Amino acid sequence: MTQNDISLSTVVEKFPGVTERSSLDYKAFNVPASELLAALQFLRDELGFDMLVDLSGIDWDKETPRFSVAYHLYGTDRHEYVRVVSDCSEESEEPSIPSVMHLWPGANWHEREAFDMFGIRFEGHEDLRRILMWDGYPYYPLRKDFPLAGMETDLSDAEIQEETGTKVQAAPMAGGPFVAPQESHMGAREPRARDESWNEGKEKPSA
Amino acid sequence: MVSPNQEFAYNSKIEGEVIVTKADAVINWIRSSSMWPMPMGLACSAIELMATGAARFDISRFGAEVMRFSPRQADVMIVAGTVTYKMAPAVRRIYDQMAEPKWVIAMGACASSGGMYRSYATLQGVDRILPVDVYISGCPPRPEALLDALLKLQAKIKTESSVKNLLKA
Ligand code: SF4
Repeated sequence: MTQNDISLSTVVEKFPGVTERSSLDYKAFNVPASELLAALQFLRDELGFDMLVDLSGIDWDKETPRFSVAYHLYGTDRHEYVRVVSDCSEESEEPSIPSVMHLWPGANWHEREAFDMFGIRFEGHEDLRRILMWDGYPYYPLRKDFPLAGMETDLSDAEIQEETGTKVQAAPMAGGPFVAPQESHMGAREPRARDESWNEGKEKPSA
Repeated sequence: MVSPNQEFAYNSKIEGEVIVTKADAVINWIRSSSMWPMPMGLACSAIELMATGAARFDISRFGAEVMRFSPRQADVMIVAGTVTYKMAPAVRRIYDQMAEPKWVIAMGACASSGGMYRSYATLQGVDRILPVDVYISGCPPRPEALLDALLKLQAKIKTESSVKNLLKA
């Protein structure tokens, strides 16, 4: 019997905290953070899920725990995907979860991105810096409470800010975000503002 | 063949090898005929900038083919693409390192106004940090549009009071 024949559900038998997660496509599991590294290592070494395809943060807004991390694994011999979702611990101020960069070096930048966008701390990550926004940016842009237009803050370079008098500002949304309606014919799906009663020239009607 | 206006035209037999003109006209002619661009290619518009430099559109017909990746040697910064807030200080620093006289072309919707990126990460127009001379519409602008902007900029340079500015500096 090769690795490929071992059923995925052995992971549920082996780890008491692991439960199956409802999924519309391939198999998915909920894994508590305490068992995360062991379960992922088991999937990698015993079941042959050798590739980390994606790793992303999820913000559930009002729910507790608020943040989760989803891991998508692929077995290059099994030709099979599996999804693992784990909730972040919220004991300290910032949500945190163990880093998997020692299982898959490719997780390095994925985790930096999730940290940059959601503020999730990956414990054990060797180089947890922001990757898209600059160091010192005070917000986490993909959190549900962060507006798409952004929030006012300082430029990364104080000298340039002083010289140009330009700060990071909220972008003018003018009734946006702009979405393409999904109904009707393709040709009629020009992206337009959700609320067209105001724009840069016309004041927003007060509610 | 004898032209009727011959005596009003430049005649090397009479004037020798001397042409009389205005200093402004000469300086502006020199400046506008050989503008070395600083290609600030930040996103997809830069692909059209590259196309403009290639054989079909051939920006060298207008004397601007010498793309300089050193700001010290460049005359006109072509901001081609989306300027993020993270990149903005670097763009401004490169502009500051260019020697006077210098000009800026904002190429495309993104560089001119932030374009479709109304978001937390994008500077809403490079004119918030640089003095822009020519804006080009389009997403991305066609190479002809960039060439047209170059001609517009040349026309603008030809109206400058270069000598006065030189003495003032
Ligand atoms: S204007 Fe359009 S083509 Fe140019 S950088 Fe922006 S999105 Fe890309």
